Amino acid sequence: MTTISDFIPPIIVAQGAFWLMVALTLAGAFIAVTLPKILHNILGLALSMFGVTGIYLFLGSQFVAMMQLLIYVGAICITYIFAIMLSPPQELDQPKKRKTKVIAALIVSVVAFIGMIQMIISVNWGPGTTLTRDWSIKTLGQQLLTRYFLVFELISLLLAIAIIGAIMIAGIGQKRD
Amino acid sequence: MNITQLPYIKDIFAFMGSDLMAAVIGLLIIAVFVPLNVAFLVLVERKVAGHIQLRPGPMEVGPHGILQTLIDAVKLLGKEMVTPGMTDKVLFFLAPILVVVPAFVGWVPISFSPIMQIREMNVGVLLIFSFSSISILSILMAGWSSNNKYSLIGAVRAVAQNVAYEIPLLLSTMSVIIMTNTFRMSEIVNAQSSVWHILYQPVAAIIFIIATTAECNRAPFDLVEAESELVSGFHTEYTGMRFSLFFLAEYTNMVIAASMATVLFLGGWFGPFFPGLIWFVIKVYFLIFVVMWVRWTYPRLRFDQLMNFAWKVLIPIALVNLLITAIVLKVI
Repeated sequence: MTTISDFIPPIIVAQGAFWLMVALTLAGAFIAVTLPKILHNILGLALSMFGVTGIYLFLGSQFVAMMQLLIYVGAICITYIFAIMLSPPQELDQPKKRKTKVIAALIVSVVAFIGMIQMIISVNWGPGTTLTRDWSIKTLGQQLLTRYFLVFELISLLLAIAIIGAIMIAGIGQKRD
Repeated sequence: MNITQLPYIKDIFAFMGSDLMAAVIGLLIIAVFVPLNVAFLVLVERKVAGHIQLRPGPMEVGPHGILQTLIDAVKLLGKEMVTPGMTDKVLFFLAPILVVVPAFVGWVPISFSPIMQIREMNVGVLLIFSFSSISILSILMAGWSSNNKYSLIGAVRAVAQNVAYEIPLLLSTMSVIIMTNTFRMSEIVNAQSSVWHILYQPVAAIIFIIATTAECNRAPFDLVEAESELVSGFHTEYTGMRFSLFFLAEYTNMVIAASMATVLFLGGWFGPFFPGLIWFVIKVYFLIFVVMWVRWTYPRLRFDQLMNFAWKVLIPIALVNLLITAIVLKVI
């Protein structure tokens, strides 16, 4: 039977798929921070999230990949757009670029970048655990409710606080009107 | 990182190797079936509309007008694709291309019969839901890039409607998923070999149908493209084949939604006398007929009614339904 691997070596296909997804992620992130129109930025963010989905898929976790797509592209980006459409329209002037601001931002970003790279290099990356098939749904569920239970609950608490805070801000904003 | 040493890499190539032929044949069938099916559905829609309004519908081209949509498709192919000035050229170009992606991807995990399925996936149901979020992004791109107030209003409505109706849709699906404990389409169908899920989950089934009707922007939830107020909503500025791509996506999404409802609630391919595929097709087209019937029977909702219906009626009922399902499953 004819297979693709007869024509192209599998490793090249795998590496190509991986780097394509990395390129999509980085291109989306670049669009998200550089373009002047806010809708372009959000679509760039969606593209970046889509790239991350591909990376999850490549790492063998279909469930996390689908969740990434459903939550980050489907819910978060749409909610951003929703929020922007609810806010009053205003033509944003480009804020003036002051030298002190630019230098401060540069220093902060460089320090953060070096710190992150340091952390990534210093970790001793072990070999990936053996996956024979897609375990992700069952394993994730069990791990979330046993080993990572505290983290799981803390995240829900954080979300609850965020919702209450948003309602408070919206309520106070209405009173002022 | 040396990616060749990762153990799951052979899974990726298992797909590219022996399954390759099945995948290619399946994708070819999709590519042929989707446009033909849309042409058929447009004709059915016009005929159903005609007979509900006591008129015969299209009659001129072919016997009883059955070739009407093929002629329409040829006409659309021949039209000039106009790009209005002052539009966002890149997004205007990309939107109709992106909108058909979920319409094609959605067919991959659907199991039409025990042997007819392009690819069994552990996350089959989730795949369709997650890719359907791309179609809303492309609707927004189309509406915003057109630089037209009707398009923009249509897109804004699409976003609001989609956010509201996706929640009851997922909640009603969840109540089936926790009964079957799987996202695989074929296992969900096999769980219904004796009793269909619509008997266990009538509330979830009704919510699912209503929410998918709204997600597909069908009347009475078609405020996104309300002809009488918004010209044609987000695709007002599109002409020729670009316009027909939006049309293609809309009708294909309808078929995918009906197929999902069949898999989740109507027992998939199970039924007496006929082979599985025929039962599946009968159920899908019956559901589509119901959706068309509703469209030509009920008037369009007002926007606040639409939003209130989702947030204040559907979501609480779906949540209570999920809770009761979970309790009953725990007790049994």
